[in-house]
Amino acid sequence: MEKKKVPAKIFKQEVIVFLVVIALLIFFCVASQDFRKYTTILTIMDYSYYIVLMAIGVAFPLITGGVDLSIGTGLVCYSLAGGYLIMFKGWPTGLAMIVSILFGLAIGTLNGILIGVMDLPPFLGTLCTCMITRGLGSICSKNTGISWPTTGQPGSWFRSIFKYETAGGTKIPLGFIWVLLLAVIMHFVLNHTKIGRYTIAIGSNKEAAILSGINVKFYHIMAYTISGLFAALASIAYSAVFKTVLPGTGAGFELEAIGGAIIGGVSATGGAGSIIGTFIGVFVICLLKTGLPFIGLQANWQQIVTGLVLIGSVMVDIIKKRREAKK
Amino acid sequence: MGEVILEMKKIDKSFPGVHALNNVDFEVKRGEVHALMGENGAGKSTLMKVLTGIYTKDSGTIIYEGKEVEFNSTREAQDAGIVIVHQELNMVGHLTVAQNIFIGREFKKGIRIDDKKMNEEAKKLFDRLNIDIDPTMTMSDLTVGKQQMCEIAKAISHDAKVIVFDEPSAALTEAEIEDLFKIIKDLREQQMGIVYISHRMDEIKVITDRVTVMRDGCYVGTLITEESTKDDIVNMMVGRVIYEEPKTKSQVAADAPVVLKVEHLNAGRMVQDISFELHKGEILGFSGLMGAGRTETARAIFGADPKESGDIYVNGQLVTINSPEDAVRAGIGYLSEDRKRFGIVVQKTVAENTTMADLPNYMKGLFIDRKKERDVARKFVDSLATKTPSVDQMVINLSGGNQQKVVIAKWLCKNCDILIFDEPTRGIDVGAKNEIYKLMNKLASEGKSIIMISSEMTEILRMSDRIVVMCEGRKTGELTIEETTQEKIMNLATRDIN
Repeated sequence: MEKKKVPAKIFKQEVIVFLVVIALLIFFCVASQDFRKYTTILTIMDYSYYIVLMAIGVAFPLITGGVDLSIGTGLVCYSLAGGYLIMFKGWPTGLAMIVSILFGLAIGTLNGILIGVMDLPPFLGTLCTCMITRGLGSICSKNTGISWPTTGQPGSWFRSIFKYETAGGTKIPLGFIWVLLLAVIMHFVLNHTKIGRYTIAIGSNKEAAILSGINVKFYHIMAYTISGLFAALASIAYSAVFKTVLPGTGAGFELEAIGGAIIGGVSATGGAGSIIGTFIGVFVICLLKTGLPFIGLQANWQQIVTGLVLIGSVMVDIIKKRREAKK
Repeated sequence: MGEVILEMKKIDKSFPGVHALNNVDFEVKRGEVHALMGENGAGKSTLMKVLTGIYTKDSGTIIYEGKEVEFNSTREAQDAGIVIVHQELNMVGHLTVAQNIFIGREFKKGIRIDDKKMNEEAKKLFDRLNIDIDPTMTMSDLTVGKQQMCEIAKAISHDAKVIVFDEPSAALTEAEIEDLFKIIKDLREQQMGIVYISHRMDEIKVITDRVTVMRDGCYVGTLITEESTKDDIVNMMVGRVIYEEPKTKSQVAADAPVVLKVEHLNAGRMVQDISFELHKGEILGFSGLMGAGRTETARAIFGADPKESGDIYVNGQLVTINSPEDAVRAGIGYLSEDRKRFGIVVQKTVAENTTMADLPNYMKGLFIDRKKERDVARKFVDSLATKTPSVDQMVINLSGGNQQKVVIAKWLCKNCDILIFDEPTRGIDVGAKNEIYKLMNKLASEGKSIIMISSEMTEILRMSDRIVVMCEGRKTGELTIEETTQEKIMNLATRDIN
């Protein structure tokens, strides 16, 4: 009996968010004729990849009870660094990608050390690296916009990882499969490996984790390293989907990712969360982002609506906690 | 009792400004329950933290199973078989029982954590200890008592040879304590060495074989429990025996007016139809088991939790209390059982804490009048005999008893005439307890009216003029001190429990 109860609880949250996504889809389809097009799906997908990847990563710091604000500017920074090597140094795309990923791992680990070892408040520590990565990105790119190889150019193979074009010219959003696969893997990592279990333990009761003889510092760092890694993966998705990456941008991306994670059931105070939920939660944000313009609400409105949706989902979390406390 | 399994010799440990342990000796034998007693700040916890590798000692030796050892982390101590069951529960609420028990040493299948195996092993462990808990339950869904059992199971699962219990009974109900003792006796049978830290003298007599007493960081002596009396132990702890005499007669004048009247108060499952009166100068004891709804009742009266229905009269006037602010305005002060969370701001000074509830009266224009603040704080430090080097001392540096006095000063400063004391002496050592009792009696004789919630029977009997007993959210009885016996209270407190 009990065995079924626990997963059912988590499952429920994911189902609710999934139903919200379906409801939004139906709503926009009914409200706007133009929305009902295959290209809309492609647009939603293009927007979703990098946010989903960031959200999967940032879920880990969030579950430790922290946050990672550096992923947005970090994403742009890693993309600029990799793109610069391709554009100006003639590096092959694959090698540049590895550099981007290593860059992300390094910044993530730096965040982890600042927070897990040096005890900086997560908000402050990652705000600092947010500024640092913004500056570093501009330096890497010498202040100009950077384009990774566009379709048709040599080294542009990575674009078809995300959007595959058949001989007949049909575009297939292949990226969805990879992103979903990564989400499933990280869902497993969170729920069935030591890294995940200790991430939850740190967020739920750090003192208990320390007294249980867990190397809390290491696992605390790992949570941020994962966040950095996924910000770097997101940077590759971003580079593949968009033509040009501009230095100085990226601030604000992290909020969409954090928002998606929280809508997907990651507790705003740490200790609990679901990666599959996060994955679905991001689509709520992406749908709003893509769909609202179709019913005549422009970007500014989209931000307001996203903010309101977030307040709603955090309230749900808080009310749930209160109920539990009452028990 | 078998041979000595653990011996600590001449342990010394200093922190900046404090000589926490001064040449302390301590030993545990196989198959023995050894009580470690002393006032708060006597150094018991520090000694145990040195033993389990949380602190490193400055000097001295630890000999365990015949070999000199030195642990650098709890992990090393655990691996050697020395474990500690902490006073504050150290459980990860979001994980399951089994996940908690095996945290830090999960069973694995490749990189995957084998939850199925962990559940089975946890079940076996519980069977061995005769505990009935489902290992797949989420930890935060269990009662405090059950969580404690899990903590013990976790300790034992380390193949422990020495187990330290740090005030294990503080949060348990009577029935749970009995279960705990049964387990401890079993462990003793299995030739484990057990260290038992507690403030409760009754328990020491029941469960332990020897008692070692510490005072001010020094070793005072070791007694064989059977051959010593309570007074012997208390004498060693404080160097003096002075207890407020238990009340045998109400100290309240027969015509004392009713200052607080609560009628048909309802607030959720834990507060159902509660009615009572509090007279001027009275100490009204609220007795009952853990979870009887006493704290919830107090919080509802104080406006800290919403109430569904019911009327509250202060000095005959119907008052509306929807928030603590309303309650304070009506002259009600609440001293929480959890001082650190609700009572005081530990990182602030004594003076700042004293005026916290009454700050508007200590302003000079836009600024706080520091001098006036210090003066009033000094006044209360003197009248309550708070032990602090100055009113500018951070509250965190005071002992539990003195922190409690700062909270009392806060409400007196605000001129509250009705004080609700929730477990006024929890975590406070014997000597300071007595001072708090004296202070409460003094406040009552000066015309303050006190509601005292307490889980300690001796405290209820010693302090109350009248006693309200609660059980599962209902008031099950009201007794005058003259007619009260321990048995009568227990009967009322357990009336509805089958």
